[in-house]
Amino acid sequence: MKLLWLQSGGCGGCTLSWLGYEHGPLFQVLADEGVELVWHPSVSEASVDEALELISHCADGQIDLDVLCIEGSLLRGPQGTGAYHRFGGGDRSMAEWVRQIARRARHVVAIGSCSAFGGVTAAGINPTDACGLQYDGELDGGLLGPDFRDLSGLPVINIAGCPPHPDWITETLAMLARGQLSAGDLDDYGRPRFYADQLVHHGCPRNEYYEYKASAIKHSDQGCLMEQLGCKGTQAHADCNQRLWNGSGSCLRGGFACIRCTGPGFEEPGHPFETTPKIAGIPLGLPSDMPKAWFVALAALSKSATPARVRENARADHLKRTPSVKRGRK
Amino acid sequence: MSTRRVVGPFNRVEGDLEITLEIAAGRIDAAYVNSPLYRGFEQILQGKMPADALTLVPRICGICSVAQSMASALALADAAGIVAPPNGRLSANLTLATENLADHLTHFYLFFMPDFARDEYAGRPWHAATVERFRSTVGTASNEMLAARARFMQMMGLLAGKWPHTLAVQPGGSTRPLQASEIFRLHRILRDFRLFLERVTFASTLEDVARLSSRSELSAWQQGSGGGDLGHFLRIADDLDLWHLGRATDRFMSYGCYDEISGRLFPAGVWDQQHLPLDTASISEDISHAWYAAAGLPQHPAEGGTVPVADKLGAYSWCKAPRLAGQVVETGALARQLIAGHPLAIDMVLAEGGSVAARVVARLLELALVIPAMERWLAEITSGEPWCFPAALPEEASGAGLVEAARGSLGHWLNVKRGLIHSYQIVAPTTWNFSPRDAHGQAGALEQALVGLAATADESIPATIHHVVRSFDPCMVCTVH
Repeated sequence: MKLLWLQSGGCGGCTLSWLGYEHGPLFQVLADEGVELVWHPSVSEASVDEALELISHCADGQIDLDVLCIEGSLLRGPQGTGAYHRFGGGDRSMAEWVRQIARRARHVVAIGSCSAFGGVTAAGINPTDACGLQYDGELDGGLLGPDFRDLSGLPVINIAGCPPHPDWITETLAMLARGQLSAGDLDDYGRPRFYADQLVHHGCPRNEYYEYKASAIKHSDQGCLMEQLGCKGTQAHADCNQRLWNGSGSCLRGGFACIRCTGPGFEEPGHPFETTPKIAGIPLGLPSDMPKAWFVALAALSKSATPARVRENARADHLKRTPSVKRGRK
Repeated sequence: MSTRRVVGPFNRVEGDLEITLEIAAGRIDAAYVNSPLYRGFEQILQGKMPADALTLVPRICGICSVAQSMASALALADAAGIVAPPNGRLSANLTLATENLADHLTHFYLFFMPDFARDEYAGRPWHAATVERFRSTVGTASNEMLAARARFMQMMGLLAGKWPHTLAVQPGGSTRPLQASEIFRLHRILRDFRLFLERVTFASTLEDVARLSSRSELSAWQQGSGGGDLGHFLRIADDLDLWHLGRATDRFMSYGCYDEISGRLFPAGVWDQQHLPLDTASISEDISHAWYAAAGLPQHPAEGGTVPVADKLGAYSWCKAPRLAGQVVETGALARQLIAGHPLAIDMVLAEGGSVAARVVARLLELALVIPAMERWLAEITSGEPWCFPAALPEEASGAGLVEAARGSLGHWLNVKRGLIHSYQIVAPTTWNFSPRDAHGQAGALEQALVGLAATADESIPATIHHVVRSFDPCMVCTVH
């Protein structure tokens, strides 16, 4: 499976995350799975003229391209010229290159939330008119338009995340190489369901604190981060707390809020990232699929039933009270 | 009569790079370095809550992500007038050091060495072995290094939740308290990385590498007990004389990094034949040749702004031109070690100047110097002591955060008005190294380093140009941001 990877308005962090793949050395794994890198901006030998020639051959069809991976937002500005990112060595904007090559590729894959939805590059005043390949935030469209389908009939595959987990990228590419990824394997935003059907909340180690609404109030506290510190893990689509990052990590395990980085528009939450917005003391962002009245009732009940151990530990950076050890059969 | 040649896209430079060469009689007369990607983080940050910078600025760069976090956390801490507790400081040191060392490793194995496996070098005595070891993606070193790097990055899982893009590094310390069993696991990861370096990269103990104090000792080490992949590089460096390739200004700057109880492990300073103090008030950014609206004279970043103008006449890059007291300085591992007074760094530069070889050796030398410091920091963590203090920012405040990323000096300058970010200016390591000309026509460090190299108007670009460009370990996404 011939793969071309290009970067535009992003930070390169998706590639750096990917290089940290932990189930075998990445290049060996790709070779095993039949993935051939025609060119990648961070690892290929071909540079300058040689690189431009390879990429041109992908655009003109001389190289039969199976997968085009795009990392980073697509920059349409200023005034629709794409001049905020002209691809080195020629006159064309990267947006123009991407439009051309996307037509020739069997599959088009957005690597990370920037190329999926616009991402952080589209934050604030969005100075460069950044968007994703097939989305502009939550809106259908983006650089390639809502009706874009690859040569196999799929929309853009959005491996959203800022950055995506290395497994998400590797497994999606392996599924494509094996011909095992169909439209039904993608969710409403084109994200592979094998990770996007999970919530970050699943497997969160702060689960007991969540159950009792025993909340952290400052950084380094052990309690639940939903009520005060901006955590969106109950609404964010990803398996971060089941799959884990860099061995044993995740945002929650690192002590900071999930910012829902796999979702469109996460870069502009409408409130400070690490502060939970509330009306009358009730968080605005409620857990997925939970009616507000139920949440309020459950929260009130669970708060009234919080064990002292959980309440005290929630506001400390180490265990103040350990679970009591029971003797006997019960 | 010179010919102009536009060369790009350079890859393995963490982002986008194009260089225009003026070539006469088979040599480069002048070079114009262009960073062709603009994203506008300084505009994005305006009007945001100051703490939101902690989420946004790491995403300037996927390879210097923690360095960006640190600079931001330090700028906010400066504005709030707070200092993190010792555990917070130690955790930040470990997190930044993990990123910086992983970057040194990534640069050497994945970005820099593959250029010696090019067919152009077929026939050199070391070429066949270099192809087998370092050819991009298929060389034995790349998979070996990736496994070691992935294991080492498990430090980040424990210290920072994940990498890149963590929120664990806060103005008041770390969000991640570590318990004894986690500290033990960190110790095991560090130990594995030390063993990899001692077996594969150096074939020698880190202490033996750190102790090398001159070029002649380095040669003797390589011919005697030492070797590994550094030895492999040194054989190439001697054969191609990379010791006289790629000199820039030979004036160096470091902000210093890794906070200890008394000062920084590697101190701040300037090197110009000797160690000099650094006056950060003399930093200014010139935009005469960059695509931004002119704002009169070059400004200190605390005063500066960013207004892009894509069709500005006479401009050729999105990179501004930072200058220290009006002068070009080079930044990076070589600068850090010169200013920290490491005798090998000083001997290399006094003997032959800041060369491709000296830059690469300084980077690997840091692997040998910083791992023992990390082992010490880990041992200094005190369980039960605090990790993070609250940071309350006044409605009107300003602050600066200065750190060292793997590839050099990174500064953030923040102004807060009515509780919101009024201005946020970033000057990154490669902004210094790959800057365009300033109003006086003074070329940037890479622009100077390329002059005199062999090149022609139509043949393929010689590998020497690739070596010089990548010897700076450029990070182009940081450069413009």
